[in-house]
Amino acid sequence: MSLLKIRNLSVEFATATGPFRAVDSVDVDVEKGEILAIVGESGSGKSVSMLATMGLLPWTATITADEMSFEGRDLRTMPGRERRKLIGKDLAMIFQEPMSSLNPCFTVGFQIREALKEHLDLDRKARQARAVELFEMVGIPDPERRLKAFPHQLSGGMNQRVMIAMAIACRPRLLIADEPTTALDVTIQAQILDLLTDLQKDTGMGLILITHDMGVVAETAERVAVQYAGQKVEDQKVADLFDRPHHPYTSALLAALPERATERRLPTIPGVVPGQHDRPRGCLFSPRCKFADDRCREVPPPVQPRPIGLARCHYPLNVPAGAEEERA
Amino acid sequence: MNPVVIAEDLTREYHVGGGLFSQPGIVRAVAGTSFSIEPGKTLAVVGESGCGKSTLARMVTMIEEPTSGTLTIGGKTVTRDRWRELRADVQIVFQDPYGSLNLRQRVGAILEEPLKINRPDLSAGDRAAKAREMMRLVGLRKEHYDRYPHMFSGGQRQRIAVARALMLEPKLLVLDEPVSALDLSIQSQILNLLLDLQERMDLAYLFISHDLSVVKHVADDIVVMYLGRPVETGPKDQVFAAPRHPYTKALLSATPSADPRRAKQRIKLAGELPSPLAVPPGCPFAPRCWKAQDKCTAERPQLEGTPHPAACFFPEN
Repeated sequence: MSLLKIRNLSVEFATATGPFRAVDSVDVDVEKGEILAIVGESGSGKSVSMLATMGLLPWTATITADEMSFEGRDLRTMPGRERRKLIGKDLAMIFQEPMSSLNPCFTVGFQIREALKEHLDLDRKARQARAVELFEMVGIPDPERRLKAFPHQLSGGMNQRVMIAMAIACRPRLLIADEPTTALDVTIQAQILDLLTDLQKDTGMGLILITHDMGVVAETAERVAVQYAGQKVEDQKVADLFDRPHHPYTSALLAALPERATERRLPTIPGVVPGQHDRPRGCLFSPRCKFADDRCREVPPPVQPRPIGLARCHYPLNVPAGAEEERA
Repeated sequence: MNPVVIAEDLTREYHVGGGLFSQPGIVRAVAGTSFSIEPGKTLAVVGESGCGKSTLARMVTMIEEPTSGTLTIGGKTVTRDRWRELRADVQIVFQDPYGSLNLRQRVGAILEEPLKINRPDLSAGDRAAKAREMMRLVGLRKEHYDRYPHMFSGGQRQRIAVARALMLEPKLLVLDEPVSALDLSIQSQILNLLLDLQERMDLAYLFISHDLSVVKHVADDIVVMYLGRPVETGPKDQVFAAPRHPYTKALLSATPSADPRRAKQRIKLAGELPSPLAVPPGCPFAPRCWKAQDKCTAERPQLEGTPHPAACFFPEN
């Protein structure tokens, strides 16, 4: 049974200029002990789909899904009280900006013990002991003293560790990390990524890593979902995705990486991501795609079968021999 | 060819604290940094936050005066009373294209403002003609002339910022993290634009970045900084292929590579950058270095070796 299973998730925001569809029929599957990376540019709906899963979107958002279950329990019909018991305990999230996600008015120790108090049946002493243990796990030196510090007294890397410690405090079954290293320097980024993968190995939890950095994806993920303008356009194992991308967007994105450049001029993707009012009728990527024809511009593309990476495209690239007849 | 800019032993100190409860202290944001850039070449400055990259940029663009050391631009020594005449030769593009453009000015006005101030003898018609010409060069369309910055995407805004910087035909362009705020697909467009303009106008670039994959693509020479001091400098290929300073080696190994099959050999650096208020005596990198010995904490190593000097007693390679 999947740890997290989402089918046909859509999120629409009511804005002053009409509804805006931030997430458009996205499927997500995470198995136990798996590392899934969700990549995409800003505005591709990668954070919003996960916030919807956590139930953290404001009231302006309308969430629809055919299925949304965590360990077989339906998240859509779950009463709020039960859901709050689950969120933060079995299902935890690390946010991008550690400085603005922590409460500046309380010590980090108070904030981490608060999570323990809410979800676990521990007394005061046991909570303090667990907090110290967690700080040691995430590599914060001198934990007793650091527990008494306020967020502004710690560096960005330290605060991100506090966020991680808080998220794993109740040994979650699934951890969602939203750009956990974007605000950090590379040497600290390496430390945090190692920490997350080590924790994932030790505890067997599932990990969803939201990022826009292809390097981070290549080094940490097992499976990758690529999102574009709110849709999932491709879903493959990491090595296959980098070797044989099936969707033209993935292929163009990989070609645009400076480290894959073969000459001084980089290949580019012309144009920009479609906004609220200029969404194309057919394939959302068609205005920027060099393979697009009239069919792409008029007819929304089907999702190809698993051997073609679930690519949302009329004309997927690198189709393996034998998968041809399965094509949708 | 004569270098556009020569920096010798640039140092910038800040006095901090000295308030009611704290002791006054001195932060040495940049110390003993020397480099030169020739026309058409790119020097990249890399390092983590707090290493003095941006302070260096502010000194080169004459926003701040160095505490000591000399800066020569186009053969003229920079002193405070010559800032006004020399500033036209050095322009800067900032990281955040959302914060660095005036939201109440149209694109045309943004581009013409440097001319209004520095070339008061130009007529309004000439200014507009120059602005339109520059828009064409950076890939903006004619009708963009009358639009406001909020009507553009991040990549287009960065084009406007580049265009504004080039209006006075500078010799040196300082690029302070010009693509880090942009998405990958836009990043390559801006990098191509910068390379095109460099070829066409023979510009020298001082390229400040923490993204080593971008630096590897654009730079000719590299300065690696740590806590305000250069720890290694040299031609790009040598620095990437055979880093000499342990910090450079760690930085390279920590940069994720977009190749899932590459064997991971990460050097794990313990700890974080020390506070610039309390820079350790001796080698500033010694507390995090796996090769550190007693000598490292006692004495500060100097940049040594040509053409690829490193400040380390026990260099690699």
